Amino acid sequence: MSGLVGAVVEAWDELRIHKVRVLLALVGVAVAVTAITGITAAVSMLGQAMQESSDRDQGRPTTLTVYGWNSTGELDPLAFDQAVDELAERYKISYHSVQANQQLPVRSGASDTYVQLTVVDPSYSVITRLVTDGGRWFTDRDAEALGPTLVVNQPFLDQLTDGRPVDAHPQVTLGGDTAVQATVIGTVPVRWEQEGPMAYMLFDQAARWLPDLVRDQQYKIWVPTELDEDLQAVLRRDLTAMLPGMHAEVQLPWDSGFGLDSATRWVVLGVSGFALLLGGLGLLNIALVTVRYRIREIGIRRSFGATGSRVFFGVLMESVVATFVAGLVGVVLAVAIVKNIPVERVFGTALQDTPPFPFTAALVGMACATGVGALAGLVPAIYAVRVKVIDAIRY
Amino acid sequence: MSTPTVTDGPPLVELHGVTRHVQLPNGSTLEILRGIDLSVAPGEHVAVVGRSGTGKSTLLNILGLLDSPTHGDYLLEGTPIGRLGSRARARRRGDDFGFVFQQFNLLAGRTAVENVAAPLLYARGRKFWQRKRLATQMLERVGLGERLDTMPEKLSGGEQQRVAIARALVRGPRVILADEPTGALDVDTGRAVMDLLDTAAAETGAALVTITHDLAIAARADRQFRLADGVLVPIHLDAPGPVIEAAAAVGATVPAAPALGAGA
Ligand SMILES: Nc1ncnc2c1ncn2[C@@H]1O[C@H](COP(=O)(O)OP(=O)(O)O)[C@@H](O)[C@H]1O
Ligand SMILES: [Mg+2]
Repeated sequence: MSGLVGAVVEAWDELRIHKVRVLLALVGVAVAVTAITGITAAVSMLGQAMQESSDRDQGRPTTLTVYGWNSTGELDPLAFDQAVDELAERYKISYHSVQANQQLPVRSGASDTYVQLTVVDPSYSVITRLVTDGGRWFTDRDAEALGPTLVVNQPFLDQLTDGRPVDAHPQVTLGGDTAVQATVIGTVPVRWEQEGPMAYMLFDQAARWLPDLVRDQQYKIWVPTELDEDLQAVLRRDLTAMLPGMHAEVQLPWDSGFGLDSATRWVVLGVSGFALLLGGLGLLNIALVTVRYRIREIGIRRSFGATGSRVFFGVLMESVVATFVAGLVGVVLAVAIVKNIPVERVFGTALQDTPPFPFTAALVGMACATGVGALAGLVPAIYAVRVKVIDAIRY
Repeated sequence: MSTPTVTDGPPLVELHGVTRHVQLPNGSTLEILRGIDLSVAPGEHVAVVGRSGTGKSTLLNILGLLDSPTHGDYLLEGTPIGRLGSRARARRRGDDFGFVFQQFNLLAGRTAVENVAAPLLYARGRKFWQRKRLATQMLERVGLGERLDTMPEKLSGGEQQRVAIARALVRGPRVILADEPTGALDVDTGRAVMDLLDTAAAETGAALVTITHDLAIAARADRQFRLADGVLVPIHLDAPGPVIEAAAAVGATVPAAPALGAGA
């Protein structure tokens, strides 16, 4: 214990004494660590942004997509829905949701405006990480509501409710053959600039009020990743068996292979690696110079009873303690920079849960710093142990 | 002048037939020490005189486990040192020996108190954790309580050597090895430093081996030796050493009879 503390104390003293020269090399290390940590963090945050985006489109890992069609005629949408519900219950699947994309006519003045409608179940928000930013999402009870309810985006409110906020529960008239009043109960964030009006409606409500829109449905089924292929086969088999004449297709999600150009990433990491190496070389150089000029001091310390390993460790620790501190500075800088990046502008989309600064990125930064310190310290440490004590203190 | 504190029992350090040869770059062998017999009892004060280049520092380095004999035995409290590994030697060096050098050898850039605390970095337990306090006390004992945070460069030679003495004493060594401790000081300062070294050694019960050119200083020791031609020869000096006799002693008046059972 006192051996370890002693070595650290010694190393710290040594750094204090050669501060200016050491500082210069450490600035290099700190900058490189900032770059590496920042890039790693940005990559990981961008990865999360991509993942969120993919979750919105395809559902979380692992979400199976079920399609069905009937070779002989029309597939009964309600029977299909019933069958999927039954299977979900049978295989204890907690979250599944229908998804059908339709055009919803909404009365606007004298004519109808067509709005992008997604027909869903309440679980849809869980599976796709959809979070409302006003009002609320659907619950199971909404199925029994006296009139249809909608969750919409801001452009919908702007264009079709004269900008009345969601808290005022604005009503719209859904067009088509049978006009019906619908109440807006929630809003979701817009995902793109120029996004047009969009709405979500529950499947059960759509089936009751707008039966025309209940068709061409698919299902998102969130399953444990380790069972995805088993369930894929089982669901396909069971669905085909349950619905006469039906063909069911169950798909695994396509790999979104998230889009950050990995070449760019390697280039940036390569450049910072190079910077780190330069910082390390600077440090190595300083350490070598100081260790030569300290031969006498090493001899004196040997006379105090310093063992060879202690001398080795002490000299090594000088570099490690120094780069560790530089690494801390670098990581703090990286956190400050990454936290202040305008995420929306850079990534094109706001992050749902703005991820905390990735811990692994900080770890990578500290590991790089400490590693470079250890490498830079190794050579002078070996040199220091080889110093012959009697030569060192001879005059 | 110093009261001999020689005690009975086994000697603290014993050299038997110790030689030290070095290989010179031209291939020949330099026999620095040719057969040293010496034993030092606990608390004893021994002085070694001799011309420059006769191997005094080599002898002291061997005593302090900084160097190893080429042949011969070294017993430290009866333990043959030759059998110890380098790690054990380092530990015993730190535990049992305190060094005082001619050039002070203070650590540059460290204050007086940091210098004195430095050996305690290699100690364990209380000595390690309370190093600052112990160093302060030791500096107060050598009369530098006011200069704790002064850098060595700002201290006079005598003060620097007092810091070095405090540093040699701070771990409570059994043996203090002083290699020409007054060699870089003027006569008066040297005497004062030597008084301090004598007193401190006597107070702590440490044995003191002093190498010196100054016969007056050598004369303060319980026993004196002259190192010449690679062997130790006992000599006798009266304290305070008369200058004429002293000069003679460094010269050639002492019989060159080798292999006197030194210390026996
Ligand atoms: N490692 C070594 N290699 C070569 N010569 C050495 C070595 N160590 C000591 N010597 C030589 O041995 C002699 C004795 O050295 P030293 O013990 O320092 O003498 P002193 O301290 O009595 O002046 C000197 O001539 C010195 O040059
Ligand atoms: Mg010498």
